[in-house]
Formats: sequence, structure tokens, C-alpha cells
Amino acid sequence: MNTDPLIWLTIFVLAGFVGVEVISKVSSTLHTPLMSGANAIHGVILIGAILVAGSAQSTPILVLGLVAVILASINMVGGFVVTDRMLIMFSRPKKALDKSVRRELDQ
Amino acid sequence: MTPAWAQLGYLVAAVCFIVALKGLSSPRTARRGNVIGAAGALLACVIVFLASDIQHLLPILAAIAAGTAIGVLGAYRVQMTQMPQLVALFNGVGGGAAAIVAIIELTELSGGPAPVFDLIATAFTIVVGSVSFAGSVVTFLKLQELMTTRPVVFRGYPILYGLGLLAALAFSVGLVLAPSMLFAVLLAVTGAGLGVLLVLPVGGADVPIVISLLNAFTGLTVAASGYLLENILLLIAGTLVGSAGTLLTRLMASAMGRSVINILFGALKGGSTLGATTVSDRPVKSAGPADVAILLAYAQRVIIVPGYGLAVAQAQHTLRQLVDLLEERGVQVDYAIHPVAGRMPGHMNVLLAEAQVPYEQLKEMAEIDPEFKQADVALVIGANDVVNPAAETTPGAPIYGMPILHANQARQVVFMKRSMRPGFAGIENELLYQPTTTLLFGDAKDTMSKLLGELKALTV
Repeated sequence: MNTDPLIWLTIFVLAGFVGVEVISKVSSTLHTPLMSGANAIHGVILIGAILVAGSAQSTPILVLGLVAVILASINMVGGFVVTDRMLIMFSRPKKALDKSVRRELDQ
Repeated sequence: MTPAWAQLGYLVAAVCFIVALKGLSSPRTARRGNVIGAAGALLACVIVFLASDIQHLLPILAAIAAGTAIGVLGAYRVQMTQMPQLVALFNGVGGGAAAIVAIIELTELSGGPAPVFDLIATAFTIVVGSVSFAGSVVTFLKLQELMTTRPVVFRGYPILYGLGLLAALAFSVGLVLAPSMLFAVLLAVTGAGLGVLLVLPVGGADVPIVISLLNAFTGLTVAASGYLLENILLLIAGTLVGSAGTLLTRLMASAMGRSVINILFGALKGGSTLGATTVSDRPVKSAGPADVAILLAYAQRVIIVPGYGLAVAQAQHTLRQLVDLLEERGVQVDYAIHPVAGRMPGHMNVLLAEAQVPYEQLKEMAEIDPEFKQADVALVIGANDVVNPAAETTPGAPIYGMPILHANQARQVVFMKRSMRPGFAGIENELLYQPTTTLLFGDAKDTMSKLLGELKALTV
């Protein structure tokens, strides 16, 4: 049982502010990968799915729990992988930029 | 009770997620940020198996393996052009998982007298998780063009929506007063209905904003299920995504010069009658690749406005060769990247970077827009809505208020289009009928190769 909902409320509010603060300066170029990355993070619902499936007392509940585990794994793993695929595209031009900067410095 | 070392482990994972979000908001650290986030998630999974008494170990591991395989396969198979709908699907299944977790948790709560807050959190998770799941499926169908991309509004929509909200509220109260599976199922069904209703009136071009909003919704359901399961990591991670996702939704909307409310419910005001799909038979000026090649070859300044059509035709690479050739001839060429070019904000940067277009040639809207006045030719390839003057001149158009690239100010405008079909937002583009506009019909890749050939012939 949750002995003190107030503690949970406190954590909820503080985490809410952290979430807003950390991404407040994102450039529009990164909106898509950021959305995708945040999407992968809420895939940790996998933990919840494992917990309920792992304490299932009947077969129907277990089956339902396993469905949740599958869905959550798709969300989490797929989310991180597709975000990485997007970001690879960004790291390549960055190198090119570094090179041109270096060339300017050489001259 | 969760042991102290496991709590500390969850705290480490939570910090990983915060660092991940921070990293993802800057190009230099984005990839590392994502890896840190994945590491945090992996750590959390290991902890849950070690710290909690998990039965049915084998079936659960098998389920994780299956989900991982599907997720990885989907993520690697998807074309970069179709990535937005994949993100929508991933988000939807996450929301669905949260709703299922809450329903199962209810079967344990309903055994004895359950705390009221737990029941409220259960009702919230079921209804919002279902909204997220069903809404994401509809956004997928819209983006994949399996259903119409235009806003769908019907008579009695506001009444139905209002009834849906009331029903969700009534069933939630029912669930809290008399916890039972009946109310849980009713809530899930109502939530799914509300999710569909939420996305239907949103026009195709605005759908990415809705994905971001549903993403934030799923985050909140994960937070609520964290409270239910007394798992602090779920609470923190869910809340982070919920608040960051809400802000991101607003940022994306403002990049399009719109408010979130306007995007969600704008179509209800009945202003979107302009989104007619009828192909107009007004006269336009069209030319062949040879004429356009000459136009480009003897220009001094060319600005390219790439759009989704370019990416779909996979013509980025041919375009790059064309640009290289023009630059050899001394033509100054830049790409004008509208913030929402492609299917979502930042999508076009990803697509062009994939074709190895030099980063320096990609100019953001604020930087390049004033230069159209000096440009000899604006070459619009597979783009439409982002150069549509209706965004400024026609109040009531679905894209009204969206900042546009003023390609119309260039001396000559060349439009490469497949047909006279309107763009993703489904609105007629006045720019096509402007006297300075020339149309070059055909598949972008095919036309681009012909154009390249003509240009080579001129150079020799």
C-alpha cells in the first residue's frame, strides 16, 4: 500500500519540472529524434508488465500480462533502435563540418 | 518491498533518462544521449528480475525476446520516409501495455478494500492508455495514407465527443466506487473511442503534432502505473516523458505557427472546406526538362525547396549530382529547409543527411527566406504546402498561419510535381498559377535524371 501519497505527488511534480527544463532549448532540427527518444523511454512500462506478468495467479491473467510484455518490449527496444538510426544521419554531416572548420584553420 | 540496492539502481536508471533527454536536445550529444537512455532501460530490466519475485520466468523471457525481435526488425526495416508512422505505432503499443498493466493490477486490487488513489490511478491509466493506443493507430493509418489524410468531421461530432468524455468520467467514478472488470473494459472501450475521435479531425500535415501529444499521454499513463505498482522509476520516467512531451508538442506546433488547440479542433469550426481534393483545370504553364535545364544553367542563384515527394521518389542522390554540376558552372545553390518539410519537424534534415548533402548547404527558414528575392530560380521538388501562399492569404485554410518559404518571390519558380494533385494538407496552391511559375511534371527521380542529362549536354 502507498503509505504516503504526498511523497509520490512531490516526486511527480519535481520530475515534471525536470522534464520541461532539460528539453527547453532543443532546436527544431532535433524535434523528431527527441520525440522518438522520449517515446523509447516510456517503454520502461516493460518493468510494470514484467511485474504483473510475474505475479499472475491464473492463466488468462498470465496471457494478458505476456501480451503487455511483448507490446512494451516493442516500444522500448524498437524506440531506442529507430532513434539511433535517425541520429546516425546527424553524426555524418557533423564530421564533414569539422573537416571544413579544420581546413579553414589550416589556411 | 523493493530492497534498498534496487531502489538505488532505479535511481541510477532515472538519472540516465534525464541525461538522455538532455543529450537528445543538442545535435552534438544526441546519439550518446540515446545510448545512455537505452543503458538506463536495460539496467532497470535487470534490476526488476533480480529484486522482485518473478514467476513464469521462461514465458516472460520469451515474450521479451519476441517483442525485441519485432521492435528491432521494424526499426531496421522501416524506410526513413515512413519513420513517423513507426514512432506512432511504438507509442501506441506502449500506451496499450500500460492499460493492460492497470487492468491486471485491478484484479488484485478488487480483492479487498482498495485505496481510493490507487483506483483513480487505475481508471486514469486504462482510459488514457486506450486513447493513446487507438489514437496512434489512426495516426498510423493517416500517415501511411491507408485512410484519407484530410480532416474527418461529421455532424454531431462535438456531441459524440462530449458524450464520450462524460461516459469516461462516469465509468471512472464507477470503477472507484465499485472496482470491477466490467468498468475496466467499459473504460478501455470508451478510451479507444475517444482516441479515434481525437485524431479524426486532424489534417494530415498536423498529424505529427498529435503523435507528440499522444506520446506525452503515454508518459503520464506510465507515471500513473508507477504509482499503482509502487515503482518509483516508472513514476519518474513517465512524468519526464509526460512533461517533456507536452512542451515538445507546443514547440512543434509553434514551429508551424499554430496552437495545439487549433490543430486538434480547428477543423470543427468548419473552416476546412477549402481542403477540396478536386483537381483544378485552371491553365498552368509547363515545360520539359530541356527548358528547365537551360533556366538553371544560366542562373546565378538557385534555391532548392525539397519536400516529401523528393524523398519518396528517392531522388536525393540525383539531386545532389545536379547541384554539384550547377556549382561547377558557378551557380550558387542552397537548400531551403522548412521546419516541417517532410512529415514531421526536422524530418527533411534527416532525409537529406542520409543522401550526404553537405550540412552547410542546408539553410534553415529564417536564414534563407529573405534570399528568395535575389534568387533567379526557386526549384520546388516534391514540396507543396510549405510554399503555399494560402497560409498567409486565406484565413480558414487548414495551414493558415503556418510560416512559409516565399518561393513566389524568386524571379522564376520551377515546380517539379507528379500531378496537379494538392499537397498533404489537401489545399489548392495559388503559386502553381503564378505567371512566373513553370511546371515540370513527372516522377521526381525520373525527371531529375532527365534534367541531369540535359544539363550535362549543355556543359559539354
